[in-house]
This record gives sequence, structure tokens and C-alpha cells, in this order.
Amino acid sequence: MVQKIRKAFTGSECSAEAMRQINPDVVAAYPITPQTPIMHAFSQFVADGAVDTEFITVESEHSAMSACVGASAAGARSMTATSSNGLALMWEIVYIASGMRLPIVMNLVNRTLSAPINIHCDHSDAMGMRDSGWIQLFSENGEEAYENTLMAVRIAEHPDVLLPVAVCQDGFITSHSVETVDILDDETAKNFVRENKPIDPLLDVDHPVTYGPLDLFDYYFEHKKQQMLAMDKSADVIRQVFDEFSRITGKSYDFFEGYMMDDAEKAIVCCNSSAGTIKTVIDELRAKGEKVGLLKMRVFRPFNNRQVVEKLKHLKAVAVLERAAGMGSYGSMIFNEIRSAFYEESQKPNMINYVYGLGGREFDPIQAKKIFEDLEAVKRGELGDTTRTIGVRD
Amino acid sequence: MSPGLKSWKEIPIGGKIVEPGNSINYKTGDWRSFRPVHDIEKCTNCMICWMVCPDGAVKVGSVDCPEKGRKGTSNNPKLGNYGGIDLEHCKGCGVCADECPFKAITMVEEKEIKEENKKII
Repeated sequence: MVQKIRKAFTGSECSAEAMRQINPDVVAAYPITPQTPIMHAFSQFVADGAVDTEFITVESEHSAMSACVGASAAGARSMTATSSNGLALMWEIVYIASGMRLPIVMNLVNRTLSAPINIHCDHSDAMGMRDSGWIQLFSENGEEAYENTLMAVRIAEHPDVLLPVAVCQDGFITSHSVETVDILDDETAKNFVRENKPIDPLLDVDHPVTYGPLDLFDYYFEHKKQQMLAMDKSADVIRQVFDEFSRITGKSYDFFEGYMMDDAEKAIVCCNSSAGTIKTVIDELRAKGEKVGLLKMRVFRPFNNRQVVEKLKHLKAVAVLERAAGMGSYGSMIFNEIRSAFYEESQKPNMINYVYGLGGREFDPIQAKKIFEDLEAVKRGELGDTTRTIGVRD
Repeated sequence: MSPGLKSWKEIPIGGKIVEPGNSINYKTGDWRSFRPVHDIEKCTNCMICWMVCPDGAVKVGSVDCPEKGRKGTSNNPKLGNYGGIDLEHCKGCGVCADECPFKAITMVEEKEIKEENKKII
């Protein structure tokens, strides 16, 4: 019998709660702001005996991911959490985790990359590993972070996928803000994530296996092809997991979730917490009769190009917001992928790109309103600068 | 000879090796430019060469010993425990020659080995 329990949790507490219910075999982590509260809360669960997890306090993030790789290869359900430069430090192992096809789940509390050092939110950390072969889920709020973490375990461990998953949430904005959230009861969560059935575990001495041997030009490409196809196949698995979880919570989940999009003429595309801000602005503008909408990206990897085209093609003007800069690229990362998805289409909206909120620069309703205003000209075909910044003092 | 190369559909994912001990199929003997040549007169069967070989390419042989039910791998009665070199895997590093206290092994360039002597044990 599914029960929803209402709690007042920060985003970090939501992630820690999901981890408690998952009860992973191994967690190896190193602290970094703003991920630390997740590990604080979780290590309290470990100390209290609320979980059976083997908690390894490693000496760096590189070691954290390395320990997770070893544990996962051994057959343990492994999780970790990091942000920003912590992720950057574990970068080589991140690719290894994915190349070795290990279903590790990581909470990525989005914090900007140095330099200059900044503990606040932007998505440059996640963007840096977008081609690593990890599935990437984004969360608007704590409740979504909680849900994504539970679903991540099922997605990662599916035999057609066997790829690691990063669950993102905005550092400080989501991770440190208290909101009312609906948490599932332990039994339901446990039954949903299911028992860990590792594939080719090192600890199965009756079926010896070697992980991480040398590959040369004879076979590397074939292994990468398998990985590429698994990433493609994961879209089907994500769809299945979304549908199953939807039957439990009564909410709906999608790669790109629309808000007031049906008859919208102008829309913003974004991910994580800014979606919440934009929704309130949309409510205000809709009351004045403006046909505006939001398309919130929940899944970045795999990129569902078909769905994004389906959901945006009827619009006249779209602004793609990115909380990370594509230094030297023509337009930022998500913008480029959406634009590319439309390349073959005859019906497409006029599209512009905004880089916003870098390093925790506040994204407020005033900026959101300005963007919808700017989209009026874009509707008429006056694109102006396709790539813009907003919220920076020029 | 290694079999024809397989497609991505035919190999385990993630570069995993699921067949234990299959490194024996990889013929590293091709890498060799010097090969160990054994002098049976000097050899005392101390097996130090076998101990130090990094590839396990020194074969352990024994003479036929029917009383003990042992079958030899070499048919030379003077060879005793030394069973020759596994030339499919010997990389020619020369540690055996270096370590042999009796200088019973010399490293000879592959191109110097006459065709008829290529099968030297």
C-alpha cells in the first residue's frame, strides 16, 4: 500500500533519504560544498545503523569514484556524491565507470567549476562530463532529486543499460533550501529499486572475470559502439521506469516536461531550479493573456531529440537557457543539441540562446520576464544576437 | 594463430574478460627479437630460469619415469626438469640468460637462428 509522507526537507536531505531507502552496499565519498550535507545526513544513517552500507571515507574524489568502481565491479550497489571540482578531480574515473559498464549512481549537486573559486550553482560541472557515457537526470526541486535518485538505480542496473547515472540538483538553491516534499514509504521505495542482482561480479569465484584489461585498436571501437548503443537503448528503459514510477506516485515524468505548452507561442527551455522560477512568471503572464510556456529538461543524456522537436515545433519563438557557458562554441551546449535536433525539420521555432546564472548569479522573475519580452522580436523573425547573456553587469 | 576479429555483437560488454586464463591465446612470442638458446651440457636443472621468467615461458618437463607414473614432456633423457622454452609466449627479455648461474642460456638474435634450427627447445 503506497504511502506518501510529507516532510520538510532540503534537497540534500531528499537525496540522503533516497539513499537511505535504497540502502546501497557501498558509499565512498569525499566532502565538497554543496554536496556535503548529503553525506553528513547519510553518514548519520550509517552511524545509527539505519542502513547496512559500508561507508568508505576516502582521501579524494578521485578515490571516491575509484572505490565505487571497484565495489561495483565486485557486485556491490555503489553510490557517491560530489560537485564541481570534485567531479573534475574524478574525471578520468568517471569515464572508466562508464566504459566498464558499472551501474553506479551519483548525486551531482551542481556547483560551478573554478577558477575563480566559487561554491555556488551553475551547470558547468555536469556539462563537463556530458560525453562520458553517464546518463544525466536533472531535478527542479528536492522532491524531483529524491524521485530521480530512486529511478536512477533501476535505470542504471537494467541489463540493457548497465551505465552509471548522475542525478543533478542545483547547489544551495535546491540542496540547501527547505521545501515540503512527498516521500514514499520505505517498503514501496525498497520494492521499487528491487534487490541488487549484479552482472559478472568479481566476487563470484565460480565464474572468474577480469575487469579493466587492455584493449587496443582491434577491439576498443567495438566496446565503444556497445556503449553508444546502450546509451541509445537507455531511452526506452527510462521511459519504462518513468511509467512504472508514475503508477506509484500518480505524477507524470518525461524527458522534457512541458508547462502550459499546448497553445504556447513563446517558450523557455531550461533545467533544474530555474524552471520553478519561470513557472511562476508564466502564471503571471498567462493571467495577462500571453501565450507563454516552459519546457523543462529532465533528461539530458540520452538526449531525446525526437521528443524535443515534437514539443517545440509548434512554437514561434524559443529561448534556450543554459546555466553554463560554451566557451568558444557557437551557442551553449543544450542550445546546440536542440538546434541540431531541428536541422532536418521544416517546421521549427526561431531560437535564441541565453547563458545565465553563472556562479550562483541569481536568476529572478525579472530576468524571466525580460526573456519573454525579448522573444517578441524573435517571434517576428528579428533574432538579433542568437547567443546572449542575461544577469551579468555589462 | 588468433581467430578472425569479432564484431561488437559477439564480445562481452565493457571490455570484460569472462573466460579465465585466456591470456594464453595471445601469442606474445611474436614480439621477440632475441631468443634463448639452451646448452644442455651446462644445464644442471636448477630451474632458476623458470623461477625468474616473467612470462612463465620456461616449460617444466621431466623425463619419463614409469615407476612413478610420470610422463615427460621432452624426449631428451638429459633434459631432466628443464622442459624447453614456450616459444609462443617467450618475449626474449633475456632474464633467464642473465640469471643462469651456469651460463647455460645465451640470447641469440632471431634473424641469426637458421631456419632448420628454429625449433630448438
